[in-house]
Amino acid sequence: MRKMLLAAWAVTALAAATAVQAETVAIIHARILTAAAAGEILDGTVVIKDGKIASVGAYTAVPTGARVIDAAGGIVAPGFFATNSALGSVEVNSLGSDLSVDNPAIGASFDIQYTLNAESILLPVARLGGLTSAVVMPKPGRGRGGNDDDETDARSYTAGGGDGSRSHALFAGQAAVIHLSKGEDILTRARVGMVVPFGQAGAGIAGGARGAEIVALKTALQDVRDYMKNRAAYDRAGYRELPLSKGDLEALIPVVQGRMPIIADVHRASDIRAVLKLAKDEGFKVILDGAEEGWMVAGEIAKAGVPVLLNPLNDRPESYEMLASTMDNAARLQAAGVTVALESEGGDYRARETRYDAGNAVAHGMPYAAALAAITINPARIFGVGDRTGSLEASKDADLVIWTADPFEPLSQPTAVFIHGQQQPMTSRQLELRDRYKDLNRPLPPGYSHGS
Amino acid sequence: MRLWTWTLALVAAAAMAGCATTTEPAKGTAKGGPAKTADATPSAKAKPLPPGLDPLVHADAFPSTYKPMPSHPTAIVGAHVFTGTGQLIDSGVVLVKDGKVEAVGAGLAVPSGYEKVDGAGKWVTPGLIDAHSHLGVYASPSVWANSDGNELTNPVTAEVWAEHSVWPQDPGFNTARIGGITSLLILPGSGNLIGGRGVVLRNIPARTVQDMKFPDAPYALKMACGENPKRVYGSKNRAPSTRMGNVAGYRAAWINAADYKRKWDDYRDKVARNEKADPPKRDLGLDTLAAVLRGEIQVENHCYRADEMAQMIDISKEFGYHIAAFHHAVEAYKIADLLAANDICVATWANWWGEKLEMLDGIEANAAMVNAAKGGCAIIKSDDPDLIQRLNQEAAEALAAGRAAGYQITEAEAIRWITANPAKALGIAKQVGSLEPGKRADIVIWDHDPFSIYARADRVYLDGAISYDRHDPRYQPRSDFELGQPGEGAH
Repeated sequence: MRKMLLAAWAVTALAAATAVQAETVAIIHARILTAAAAGEILDGTVVIKDGKIASVGAYTAVPTGARVIDAAGGIVAPGFFATNSALGSVEVNSLGSDLSVDNPAIGASFDIQYTLNAESILLPVARLGGLTSAVVMPKPGRGRGGNDDDETDARSYTAGGGDGSRSHALFAGQAAVIHLSKGEDILTRARVGMVVPFGQAGAGIAGGARGAEIVALKTALQDVRDYMKNRAAYDRAGYRELPLSKGDLEALIPVVQGRMPIIADVHRASDIRAVLKLAKDEGFKVILDGAEEGWMVAGEIAKAGVPVLLNPLNDRPESYEMLASTMDNAARLQAAGVTVALESEGGDYRARETRYDAGNAVAHGMPYAAALAAITINPARIFGVGDRTGSLEASKDADLVIWTADPFEPLSQPTAVFIHGQQQPMTSRQLELRDRYKDLNRPLPPGYSHGS
Repeated sequence: MRLWTWTLALVAAAAMAGCATTTEPAKGTAKGGPAKTADATPSAKAKPLPPGLDPLVHADAFPSTYKPMPSHPTAIVGAHVFTGTGQLIDSGVVLVKDGKVEAVGAGLAVPSGYEKVDGAGKWVTPGLIDAHSHLGVYASPSVWANSDGNELTNPVTAEVWAEHSVWPQDPGFNTARIGGITSLLILPGSGNLIGGRGVVLRNIPARTVQDMKFPDAPYALKMACGENPKRVYGSKNRAPSTRMGNVAGYRAAWINAADYKRKWDDYRDKVARNEKADPPKRDLGLDTLAAVLRGEIQVENHCYRADEMAQMIDISKEFGYHIAAFHHAVEAYKIADLLAANDICVATWANWWGEKLEMLDGIEANAAMVNAAKGGCAIIKSDDPDLIQRLNQEAAEALAAGRAAGYQITEAEAIRWITANPAKALGIAKQVGSLEPGKRADIVIWDHDPFSIYARADRVYLDGAISYDRHDPRYQPRSDFELGQPGEGAH
């Protein structure tokens, strides 16, 4: 089976030179998890044509000329989403990343799409975990999680720079959706949300107290509205001075117009309530990110129609704003009617654990289909690409993975990954290292062992 | 009890004074106590050292007061039993009596008076052991006030003991137990070349850390290679600021330790010969290092890169100690043969890599490749208050990566990565790590195969006593910190 797949990849690679998306592929005898209305198809066929899903179903005919892959009872699932990811924006975290900005002129206007590095060695590793898409989010200040062994002391947010206004730091910047297909521009959709830290982190930026941040945000959004009405005067320098830069004011226009959601980094139940109220008062759309205590206000979140991104493994009182953390958070929010997307610790090196996060959510009460949706169609819809990817339905991008068995299980492995209908190489720098050192008794030093 | 022990020690010292020509050291154990130091106690004619000045008599200044919780004879019947010795017994029976494993096998009769626990459709493993944890020293919540794991004021702080930072009310101990953890090594952090003493704990809810200390477990010494020490001290503009500075620092410390050990050995020899002798001044840091040189303390060495591990092995040979395990060791697969030949375990992850440059070459199959070397000893550990709750899943990921690389590894073998092998590296293998008669009855009953993502511990036994039961609130302990806080009991 492995050999056959490898051979199949070689064929694809040859074909790629001429017509990259022309190949038609039929995956037969698959247990298909559609993450769509069709639910689970026990023995079905997926046909890929021109990079799209041509058909999905139990009785789909195999087109003549199609390359046939017999999944032999394995599972075909949509490619998974890494939500709250740093993929493409970080290489070696301790040496720096492109996730944070501390520049009085660039806060809300920071747009992560210009950061993205398609050649990052993290991308193939993520692909081998069945990921085909990611939402890359700017980080407020120095807020990235690190290795607990030595980074614990450094885990703190920094306020904005300089002695002047820190209003720019209220906004960490704009997120983007990417795909993980090798050799392409990886941007799927830019400007899908504006990251804003709330709670303790937001309080730090606003001068110390939580309430100050709410006031600062209201003021900033009012400044944006004033700016929109008085652009000409502003440009002639005939308008009152505004703390935010012109670029930041422009970037916030879609937010005040309710077109771009604020991705609220928030944890404590009371802070979640404050965010929901602020969003209602100010008329912006919001996505909650973190929400460890979300289950305590699940009804209010559901009523507001606000989606939640959460790490289902956060169950300790890691901070004073997460005292009520529990492994049941995902299941309880989902049961209350909240649209949930799961995110992984770090979202970069360990993004491949997304499928295990879903499995753990199931082990703690989330229905399997809901957990599947939480790493496929839900994040796709939340970030505005649900019409293109996130489920196995005709006319969507062919972003899918063939698995030996249940993809949430560690002992299951992916055997083929398709993104935009292109079969991806099942290789990574890590696997090259593995193969170099499998035999320590070669006559020449390991440096002489490499793929080419 | 302590009084009795002390009296016994005096009697023993008197009885053996005539033949005390050697300086047989005390075991640096949690329960050691004066009883075992009789040989080294100065002869009856010599003036005894004042309290606190003799490192051997006071090798264990904070003795274990651990007591098992109440238990009664128990038979777990009909489960799939991973023994931790490489066996999987389908429909096995585990008999527990007096807190110890009495018998394990298929089709054993259940003696009368034993509580029968139905294990049909369930899995049983030895209690899991985490070889690398900072619970208690970096307790939750992770705030400044709880940050007690790295004494970053000197690159060699062999004098500090992690147990003096352990907060027994860290809620993380409870969440770890829900994940099946029954014993764990608490280490100082890795900011120093030599970070201090680690302590092995029983994962029991307790008022004091002494109540948690694993009886007769050796202490650990935390050492660290690479980026962390040179970053911490380089940024303070002092040594070490480079990897070569790191190595000079270890060697200088061991030279001091060897010199200190020689001075005490000379002193005791003279005392034994009834010669006049001036005792050296006791030094807490050198006490610990000298105990390492006497083979009483397990060296647990944080080290990522293969080339640095090879150098640490040479340093251990230069000064005459043994490295029990390299920790993190994400490049262990590059020197799996060297590590096995030196009987050094590798405590690593499956999934962690890349955060730092020295982690860049970490691969999922690391543990499996260490395991594949003849005599190789692979351990999956956490170094993390979240991962410690799911060591079984991390082991499953390591197993899957090994199989994908072409290694034939059974689950019964891989379960050793989180049971028997950490027990070996921590020096507690005679007491725990497998389900064998006479060992402590630390047992986890799982509702699924522990290599499944859906597996949860239904029940966790500690010395034959129920320490956690997922379906019985009476056995779901909460720390003082959790009491009355928002979401109490929501785990």
